[in-house]
Amino acid sequence: MSTVTSPSFAPGQDPMLRRRRTPLVALVGVAAVALGVAAAVCYGAGIGGWVLMLVMAAFLYLVGAFAVVNRIEGRRAARDRTWSTLIASAFILALVPLVSVVWTLISKGAERFDANFFSTSLNNIGARDPDGGAVHAIIGTLEQVAIAAAITIPLGVAAAIYIVEYGRGKFTTLIRFFVDVMTGIPSIVAGLFILSFWVLLVSPIYNNGQPQFSGFAAALALSVLMLPTIVRSTEEMLRLVPAPLREGAYALGVPKWKTILRVVIPTALPGIITGIMLSIARAAGETAPVLLVAGGTAAVNINPFNNNQSSLSLFVFQQASDASRFAPPRAWTAALTLVALVLILTVVAKLFARRNRISR
Amino acid sequence: MSDPGVDTPAPSGGGQLPRRKGFGAETVFRTGTLAAGTLVLVIIVAITAFLINEAVPALRADTANFITETEWFPNQTPPVFGIAAIAWGTLVTSVIALVVAVPIALGIALYLSHYAHRRVATTFGFLIDLLAAVPSVVFGLWGFTVFIRPVRTFSIWLNDYFSWLPFFGGDGPFGRSFLLGGLVLAIMVLPIITSLSREVFLQTPVPDQEAALSLGATRWEMIRTSVLPYGRAGVIASIMLGLGRALGETIALALTLGFINEITFNIIENGGNSIAANIANGFGEAGEIGRGALIASGLVLFAITLVVNMAARVIIYRRREFTESAA
Amino acid sequence: MAKRVEATGVTAYYGSFKAIDDINLNVEPKSVTALIGPSGCGKSTFLRTINRMHEVLPGARVEGRLTVDDEDIYAKDVDVTAVRRMIGMVFQRPNPFPTMSIFDNVVAGLRLNGVRRKSVLQEAAEKALVSANLWDEVKDRLGKPGAGLSGGQQQRLCIARTIAVEPQVVLMDEPCSALDPISTLAIEDLMFKLKDSYTIIIVTHNMQQAARVSDRTAFFTIDRTGDPGRLVEYDTTQKMFSSPSEKKTEDYITGRFG
Repeated sequence: MSTVTSPSFAPGQDPMLRRRRTPLVALVGVAAVALGVAAAVCYGAGIGGWVLMLVMAAFLYLVGAFAVVNRIEGRRAARDRTWSTLIASAFILALVPLVSVVWTLISKGAERFDANFFSTSLNNIGARDPDGGAVHAIIGTLEQVAIAAAITIPLGVAAAIYIVEYGRGKFTTLIRFFVDVMTGIPSIVAGLFILSFWVLLVSPIYNNGQPQFSGFAAALALSVLMLPTIVRSTEEMLRLVPAPLREGAYALGVPKWKTILRVVIPTALPGIITGIMLSIARAAGETAPVLLVAGGTAAVNINPFNNNQSSLSLFVFQQASDASRFAPPRAWTAALTLVALVLILTVVAKLFARRNRISR
Repeated sequence: MSDPGVDTPAPSGGGQLPRRKGFGAETVFRTGTLAAGTLVLVIIVAITAFLINEAVPALRADTANFITETEWFPNQTPPVFGIAAIAWGTLVTSVIALVVAVPIALGIALYLSHYAHRRVATTFGFLIDLLAAVPSVVFGLWGFTVFIRPVRTFSIWLNDYFSWLPFFGGDGPFGRSFLLGGLVLAIMVLPIITSLSREVFLQTPVPDQEAALSLGATRWEMIRTSVLPYGRAGVIASIMLGLGRALGETIALALTLGFINEITFNIIENGGNSIAANIANGFGEAGEIGRGALIASGLVLFAITLVVNMAARVIIYRRREFTESAA
Repeated sequence: MAKRVEATGVTAYYGSFKAIDDINLNVEPKSVTALIGPSGCGKSTFLRTINRMHEVLPGARVEGRLTVDDEDIYAKDVDVTAVRRMIGMVFQRPNPFPTMSIFDNVVAGLRLNGVRRKSVLQEAAEKALVSANLWDEVKDRLGKPGAGLSGGQQQRLCIARTIAVEPQVVLMDEPCSALDPISTLAIEDLMFKLKDSYTIIIVTHNMQQAARVSDRTAFFTIDRTGDPGRLVEYDTTQKMFSSPSEKKTEDYITGRFG
């Protein structure tokens, strides 16, 4: 028989099948001791408050639990348990900011969530004026996003159709690659692009030689950001359409373009709509491009093609940096409205996608 | 030809198959989609071209070295501006964001892929996705009104006990600092890294995991011997995508940094600026040269994020080829 | 170091689906026992209950009693990892760790168990590879990735990895189904050699293989799709293939099944 042995493990010998389990009481004890020591150190020595105490207690607990489990069940079990604890606490740690953001949004956003906010603009609202609303910003967001969607949806879907149905070879790979890369373009760069292209070069042509901000320019910038997301999600959905469906149509003598429009797109439609809604949600929350090319304004401007417009996200940004003590509540209420809009779009889109997947 | 571009039946009879039309609906449709597809490439090129076009006059007017100068005064005469300090800020905030977010994101990804019950994982995965849907301006607003308080307390504490480290020195005020900006960024890149890593971890082939388990591995040992090695490339790519997002993030930093252009290791004192935040905050009062200068800095940002994103995508593509050929 | 495996009333579920029902089976030490039967009859499921790999799948659970030398491996205070160390498993498709070298693959189990000393690992690796009839083929390239070997070599590498921790029982789940005939022969030779020191339980869909390698054979079947698998007959291989006592067994073995 083998003579290969080591302190912790001997091949060929019976491993200990039964192992002693660390009783829950022991771990609770370790937690209590950790908390006690941390409290004594933090408050006793006066080096920090309750947050430091919790962090220190958590650390002491990890060390203590490792030592106890190591003693009772062995090193491997101890290591396994320590990692499990760390991994689970990463999750809890991430929920803290989420909960805080949601809580602040609701508690601070409720303050100005009133009729006045949704019926007035900031026109003629001074620093000492507690009223003032975001109608102009809401109009701006809706118009800009609608125009951006109107531009981007046909382009994005068409590009996806090209990639999936017609594209072959290196050129298509190149397009796919850059669609993916384009999803990572910072929104501020999209804003600068439209600024230097549309606002500084094109708009002077129709505006007596003067550069002109407009909601339309903002929509163009949002389009740049939406395009890759729509292409990508549509592409994925088109790939899911089973080949026999297409072949069935071809066999009936239906031309390819008609097959795509009448058979492929309708089959993939629910998924495509989900992708579009998600990209709209993302675009609605963008601030930087709107700031750069729509300029922002305090008054209602219905016309997206002429003069400055604001948007909800820009409204939040500008009110947040405003010195008036009535500005922060406005910023929070606008943020709440924005998040509600974005989340509703996102949740509906995801539920839509989920239902769709089950039926498939 | 397999091409079903044949459209209408032949008008004249006589047993002949209808001829293919030279310019039919099919051609129009196909050309249209081709144009839309090409648009993506056109946009990438156009961004570069238009940004250069606006940046060059400003760079010509710059009396300082654009790369090494730390000050940003493009609107004075003569204009003096350089990207060194704001690029430094972009780097520092992104590094803080990744250092904090990566371990937590990977922990969550593993929790969702290998620890949580499936139903729990679906719900919590959804929550993390919602975190990704929150607009950055909201994180910025939350960061400089709510989150700044614990961060300031923490900064003062760090300064009390660790001021001998260059990161935590200075004598205040604290709060609107690289640390605050970096931590807010961390929260924002967290869902990006989490969702892609989780996907990669879930793809680990079952036989690989069973091989480890059948040797008597604990759950953590199974993760270490099969899940993590398998997912390494994907995790690196997800981190780079997160980095791309952190580098380009504008509004959250515009609201949380303290706007002092300097190259410093101190991350807790008020101050700091970044390329993107500098654009958002400097745009309002920028003249013609100022605008060009901001666009020039945007060009640099574009180039950096483009490289980071391309590298991430190349890794993902390679990995996909590898896993598809292995399957 | 080979042990007796006894199953008493073993029933296994996937969620609410009952995959095997009331299996009673005694496996002799130092022998090869073959589990045969049509696909979906639960033979693989039963095999996976023996080293508690069944419960890895979400919603899977086991009822009944499984003992190894009279120790209940499903007892409450039993350490699952210790069970799996004692009862090794070789899978249908060769699954060497793709990122590890040949050497690292063989000693992966030992490393998990805290063996660190290089000389010990080297000795164990050589011993396991020799036992798995693979040493001569790989001794010059131990540092190369295990995924670079041929399918048959990979499977023998997996066997080496399994026996490197010197288990009491080795389970094989259709170990040759992904291999060519020559590699299959090599594995079958290996089984003859290994049964001198291990208890081997093999699932196979190949009746000739069962007849060639096993001492005893168990025939599993299902009555209808959706029904749980059950054990029809269990006897010496010779008896099973010459004069089975159950009609169902005879039908299956002579190819009149279904």
